[in-house]
Amino acid sequence: MTSTLTPVRKRSALTKGQLPKFAPYVVLALALVVGAAIMAVIGFNAFGWGIVAAILFTAGLVGWSAAVEGGRKAKDKLATCLVVGSFLVALLPLISVILTVLINGLPGLLDPGFLNTSMNGVTGAFDNKSVEQGAPVMGGIYHALIGTIQITLLATVISVPVGLLTAVYLVEYGEDRPLARAITFFVDVMTGIPSIVAGLFAAAFFFAVVGPGTKTGAVAAVALSVLMIPVVVRSSEEMLKIVPNELREAAYALGVRKWRTILKVVIPTAISGIASGVTLAIARVIGETAPILVTAGFATSINTNVFSGWMASLPTFIYTQILNPTSPSNPDPSSQRAWGAALVLIILVMLLNLGARLIARIFAPKTGR
Amino acid sequence: MTTTSLTKSRGAGRAGDKVFSGAALAAGCLILAVLFGVALFLVVQAIPALVASPDKIQGGEGFFAYIWPIVIGTVIAAIIALVIATPVAIGVALFISHFAPRGLASGLGYVIDLLAAIPSVVYGAWGAAFLAKEISPAYDWLANNMGWLPIFQGPASATGKTILTAGIVLAVMVLPIITSLSREIFLQTPKLHEEAALALGATRWEMIKMAVLPFGRPGIVSAVMLGLGRALGETMAVALVLSSGALTASLIQSGNQTIAAEIALNFPEASGLKVSTLIAAGLVLFVITLGVNMIARWIISRHKEFSGAN
Repeated sequence: MTSTLTPVRKRSALTKGQLPKFAPYVVLALALVVGAAIMAVIGFNAFGWGIVAAILFTAGLVGWSAAVEGGRKAKDKLATCLVVGSFLVALLPLISVILTVLINGLPGLLDPGFLNTSMNGVTGAFDNKSVEQGAPVMGGIYHALIGTIQITLLATVISVPVGLLTAVYLVEYGEDRPLARAITFFVDVMTGIPSIVAGLFAAAFFFAVVGPGTKTGAVAAVALSVLMIPVVVRSSEEMLKIVPNELREAAYALGVRKWRTILKVVIPTAISGIASGVTLAIARVIGETAPILVTAGFATSINTNVFSGWMASLPTFIYTQILNPTSPSNPDPSSQRAWGAALVLIILVMLLNLGARLIARIFAPKTGR
Repeated sequence: MTTTSLTKSRGAGRAGDKVFSGAALAAGCLILAVLFGVALFLVVQAIPALVASPDKIQGGEGFFAYIWPIVIGTVIAAIIALVIATPVAIGVALFISHFAPRGLASGLGYVIDLLAAIPSVVYGAWGAAFLAKEISPAYDWLANNMGWLPIFQGPASATGKTILTAGIVLAVMVLPIITSLSREIFLQTPKLHEEAALALGATRWEMIKMAVLPFGRPGIVSAVMLGLGRALGETMAVALVLSSGALTASLIQSGNQTIAAEIALNFPEASGLKVSTLIAAGLVLFVITLGVNMIARWIISRHKEFSGAN
């Protein structure tokens, strides 16, 4: 009887040999404090503090766990720390890139006339003046914006029909034939073509067919299509595959022809996914630099004809402004324009990504339930 | 009367069917033709450089002597990128598939996918303007303390525009590719295998070691291969970040060059035989990446047949 009154153990036997719930927080606080102390000795910077604290936290938690819980639990803790740590490490460049572009790009973007003037007639003399006498930075990205939009639009016009029809062939007509399997395999392989090789292909093709040195927006559009078609095929194929077979069979049972079934039943059901896939494909190629560089050259003035003459685009504008500043002695205005253009480009890509998600949600087929 | 109208409409419908299936077939064949055309036109345009007398090629020692150093440079940059990116990418994939809270996982996956959305030229600009500057003290430290290793031989580049910086930028760019593919594979691990391991008393890490990683190994290998394909062909990061030069063993001095960057830097002003030389270089790059990608896809397709077993 007396024995039932005596237990005064603080912790039940079940939780014996376990770290208390608050252990990570204690170790984290200690690691931050000790890390700050170490950094104070060797010279403080936030990045180093984070690294030192993370190492101390891992060592502390794993050591404590090894002492209390044993080796297996300690290994588990170490793995958890490493996995979470790798995620945090992966976030660093993302944050750093976005901050760098925002900080460097905002002055350029807020510059009046940045969006609606071209670089036509903007020479190094203007840039020298703006550095030496504080005159506003001249020139803008209007020509590059027009070029990017036209080249990307033309590439879309080429890629979407080809890509969508191929996906239709693979899903509706292919039936696992050797040709369909070959197409699937080579579409996957095409996804991996380096962008510059796609550019070289378009250049080599037009050099051979039209004449050496042919560089126009249309050549660039062909190069981008080579990169875009596989993406469109893959995403459309996935979307067509998930259209329920009952819909097709219902249409056939009503005596509808196969092509009308595909056009009126299958594609409309999958259209939200297809449209968002196409938008993502556009987002992928709009930032491509290398293929445009070797196919469209770089212009400084507005060219609205994709079929003749060199054409500027946002990525090549960034590239040339950084590598060959308008005024070699004062590269700051050029780099301001480059960062401004980079910000515009990132905003465009993010909008397209966001648009793809919205399209997928808004046009999702209504299930009626 | 009715029979004729029926046959008539059937005739029209049949024509539509033929036209549509023909168009679909043509589109599919066009893709094969394009891939074939890529190889064909690159070969045709490259032939002048391959058959030209050695002294006419840049460097004066023939195409092979010209392409050899930049092939090595390309491989070095890609290896640096993979060595850095692979462990981090697998960690991130595991974090999203098995460690992150369920509700957050897809959102966090989207954040990592944002890394893939940023255009390559922006990465190049970031690497040249931000990373190179920030990392050059680390190179000084490496040169002073690890200089006995040939790859860290000093003096370190003062600008930080070295092949190691380019490799780090490439690592950031291939990270989302490796992550998203391995994440898909890890999520496909049979639930029963995982639960069996946990029921036997395995910790989470032991469960991952016993159930997830063995199942995902072919997927990881092919994801890394696809990352390798991307790293080999990536242009802008290297063209903007690296201050190129002759082939050197040291990773922290300026020097080395990759095929893609060599083409991008020289093609716009090139003419005549130089164009052929660069297109031939592109052909070499195409063959290398094609080989890498085909092996990766082959591993994936072989894996697909087995993954239906559960």
